[in-house]
Formats: sequence, C-alpha cells, structure tokens
Amino acid sequence: MITEKVAQAPAPDVASTLLALRGVGKVFSNGVTALSDVDLTIREGDFLSLLGPSGCGKSTALRLIAGLSTPTSGVLDWRGGGALDRSNIGFVFQEPTLLPWASVFDNVWLPLRLKGISRAKAAPAVTEMLARVHLTGFEDAVPRELSGGMKMRVSIARAMVTKPRVLLMDEPFAALDEITRFKLNNDLLELWQDERFTVVFVTHSVFESVFLSNRVVVMAARPGRVFDELAIEASYPRDEAFRTSPDYAALCRQASDVLVQAINSTAGAHHDGH
Amino acid sequence: MTAIDERVLELDPEEARRVRQERFERIGRWVLPLAIMILAIWLWDRICVWNAIPQYILPRPGVVLWTLYNDAGLLFSSLLVTLRITFLSLALAVIGGVGLAVLFAQSKWVEMSFFPFAIVLQVTPIVAIFPLINIYVNDQTTKLLLCAWIVAFFPILSNTTLGLNSVDRNLRDMFKLNGATRWQQLRYLRLPAAMPYFLGGLKIAGGLSLIGAVVAEFVAGTTGQSSGLASRIIEAGYRLNAPRLFAALFLISLTGILIFLVLSLISHLILRRWHESALKQER
Repeated sequence: MITEKVAQAPAPDVASTLLALRGVGKVFSNGVTALSDVDLTIREGDFLSLLGPSGCGKSTALRLIAGLSTPTSGVLDWRGGGALDRSNIGFVFQEPTLLPWASVFDNVWLPLRLKGISRAKAAPAVTEMLARVHLTGFEDAVPRELSGGMKMRVSIARAMVTKPRVLLMDEPFAALDEITRFKLNNDLLELWQDERFTVVFVTHSVFESVFLSNRVVVMAARPGRVFDELAIEASYPRDEAFRTSPDYAALCRQASDVLVQAINSTAGAHHDGH
Repeated sequence: MTAIDERVLELDPEEARRVRQERFERIGRWVLPLAIMILAIWLWDRICVWNAIPQYILPRPGVVLWTLYNDAGLLFSSLLVTLRITFLSLALAVIGGVGLAVLFAQSKWVEMSFFPFAIVLQVTPIVAIFPLINIYVNDQTTKLLLCAWIVAFFPILSNTTLGLNSVDRNLRDMFKLNGATRWQQLRYLRLPAAMPYFLGGLKIAGGLSLIGAVVAEFVAGTTGQSSGLASRIIEAGYRLNAPRLFAALFLISLTGILIFLVLSLISHLILRRWHESALKQER
C-alpha cells in the first residue's frame, strides 16, 4: 500500500514548497502520542486535506502549523519568503467561534482591529469580504440571529479578512447539514480559485476531502501518523456536475479504500502491541 | 382566499389551548401576587379589628399609610441618608470587585494568593467587625461605607472572576493567532464575556449594599451617631411607635425591590441581543 504513494503523489516541487514538516512528533503530558514522525510537504496554492479517523492527530497537526502548539520532535520548515508571521495564517475552527455580543461586521473587523486598524479604515476590506461570502446586508446582525451556515461564513470571512497566505480549517463544516455543507464547499472553492491561497483542511469526510482538494493526505491513529497520500487529479473549477460524475465516485472509492486500510492498520498495530 | 386556506389559518384545539395558556400566564404573573398581597393586607386589617389589637403592638395598614404621609419629611430625609450610603457603597463595590477580578485575571498566582482573603472578609459577620471599624475609623460616613462595601463587593468579585475565566478556548486561540496583546484580550474578549456574570453579581450586590447600609446604621445607631432609616426604626422601637416602625420597614423593602428591578432592567438591556438568559425573557 505504501508503494501507491510513490505512484500517485506528485514529486515535491522544491521551488514552490511553502512548508515542510520533517519528522514532526507531538507527545502530550499525559503520555499520549498525538503525532509520530510526520513528513509532509505543503506547496504554495495547495488545497490539501488531512483525512482520517478521530484520534489520528489531524487537528494536532493543524495546531502545530498554526503555531498554537509546539512539536515535541522534528521541525516545521517555512519556506518561500522566509518564516510566516501569524498574520499570514487564517484559522477556521470547527465551531464558528464568533464573539456573541458583536455584530457580524465587528466580528470580521476583529483581526484588523487587533492590528490597530480603525473601523473606518477597515470598512472597505470588511465589506468586500462579507460580499465574498454572500453576507452583504447582514453587517448589523449578531451571531445568534444567523443560521449555522451563515455563522460559518462569518468565521471564514474573519479568517480571510487579513488576506492570509495560508488558511487552516479544522473540520469547519462538520456540524452543518448536507445541503448547507455543499453550498459552503462550492463557495470555498470559488474563493480559493480567485485568491489562490493555500488551504490545509482537516476533515473526516471522504467525499468532502475528494471534492475540495488536489491532495488528500490520509492519516492513521495510535500513534497519529501520515498513512498515505492521494493526488486528486480532477480539474477545477469543480461544481455540482463534478459531484455527480463517475470520476468523482471513482476517486471517492479510492480514497475510501485507503482510509479503510489506514483504520485497519491501527487495529493491526494494536494487536502487535500485545 | 379559498375556504381551505381559511380553515388552515384557524388554530387547532392544541394551539388554541397553548395561546390561552400563554395569555393566562402573562396576566397571572402580575395579577396573582397583587391579589394575594391585597388579600393579606385586608386580613391583617381584619385581624387587628377582630382581636382589638392596640396600635402600639400591631397598627392597622391604614394607620401605617397615614404615618407614611404624616411623617414623610422625617422618613424621607432618613431614606435619603440610607440611599446615599447604599449607592456609594454599591459603586465602590463595583469598582473594587471588578478591579480586583481584573487583577486576579492577570495571573493565576495573584488569584491563588489573594482570593482566600476575600472569602475571609465575606464570611465574617459584619456586625462582629463593626466594633473594630468603630475604633479605627473616625468619620461616620466612611464607617458605614466600609461596612456596606464589605458586604456587597464579594458577589461582584467572585462572579466577575468566574466570568473572566470562562472564555471559550477557541476564542482565546483566535486572539492569540491574531497577535492580540494582554490588554486587547481583556478589552475585547474577557471583559465582554464576563458581562453576564458581572451583571448577575451586581443584582445580588444591589440588595446586599442596602442590607449592609442598614445593618451598619443599626450598629452605629445604637451609639446615636446615625440619621438613616435604621436609626428611625430603633428610635420608633424605643418609643413603641409601631406605625412609624412599619412605615420605615416598608420604605426599606420598597427600596430593595426598586434596586432589584432597576438592576434587572439594566442587565436585560445590555444582554438582550446576545445572551441566552435575556433571550428567554423575550419569548
């Protein structure tokens, strides 16, 4: 199964490498090995999904990349323009994570406000970003007046308002209903194609990862590690037609098979351990 | 509109019952306690008449009302004295409580070191502390303020501390990712997040500051140094002037209720757009 990796993953293009994780591991103070020896190269403009069962360390990997946590071993090597500061990273949490007392406008303004940019100066960027996520006219609403999908749009707008080079997303659509999720998938892809930022997208949905990404990295649990990688060689833009195409179905089956192998490998490792 | 549409618009029995129920609850919330109160006052009046109870033991409600009118000048000037202490101590409790909570929030170490002392201050009965304050503090107003403050500041301190520490972990990460300074995190995240907790504490502290003020006056009043409502009560007690005693008591209760209602209104106005506690009241 590992040989598949050589056949399918495109050779890493050194020139466009944005971030290389080399031998990255994370052990928590309670002794749990969340990540073990992860090698992963993220290229400029990638839409890379981290796909795996719960406990495979995909969220931990994302937090390491964000700088919210530091690795126990290994290095994160930021390239292409030197180390990125945090303003170059946007983060979308699993929950919308909005300030419940603040309006939609103020929520999106927040990252700029924290950089000392006044409301008036931030207004064009905030207004434009809200238009990009189709929330024009909701500037004065507070989060509780919005649906789950709209809250997530606000969260995406907030992450993107600083024009980050990397957008990290931690199962952002997991709590949404399927119709809303499809719509947000489409809108996210549209945004990504227009701006060409890099996305690292954590998900446990095979279908979502295949629909969105050009690379799917499958992870396995106990210890959390990279199991295999799939290149999704379908062209963009991907739309509703792609969602129902046989190509998509075949790619999903392929990814699904790898995921099953990854899950089984954990079960095997468990037995070996005894 | 067709006949079918009209039939759909009519409420079915279950919904009609629900509407009736809601309407009854809305009216009942005001009418029931009012009716009970009127009944109780009427019963009080009757008991006085039936048992021929003398006025200096239990005055009839009408007499209390008459005293309230007759002694208005005396009683209201005393009320103003008590109110001044109450509001000043509440203001100081807000400043002190929130200030200390913010200080505690800066570091776990500070909180661990000093919080126990706040509890000691809270659990020691104020009546027992007052003689000490009486020795150390000369100024009458300062004495009373200090007393009322000790009673009122703790709920604000403990609630605000809880609120400042109850910020969503992801929101904290989000601020960290955006390079927020300590001050920005306090200003834009922790203080607003603590607001519902603070307002809860404020509601309790409002009542306590009144209690603190009256208790302090009582203790001070025994040495004849106070002119607040409590001293009117003591005075009336000595003279067996029960009607005035009742009138003063009535004013204190009324003040407490008004303070609670005003603080509840403030709390509702601040939280109504976003906080669950205020949303429920709306529906």
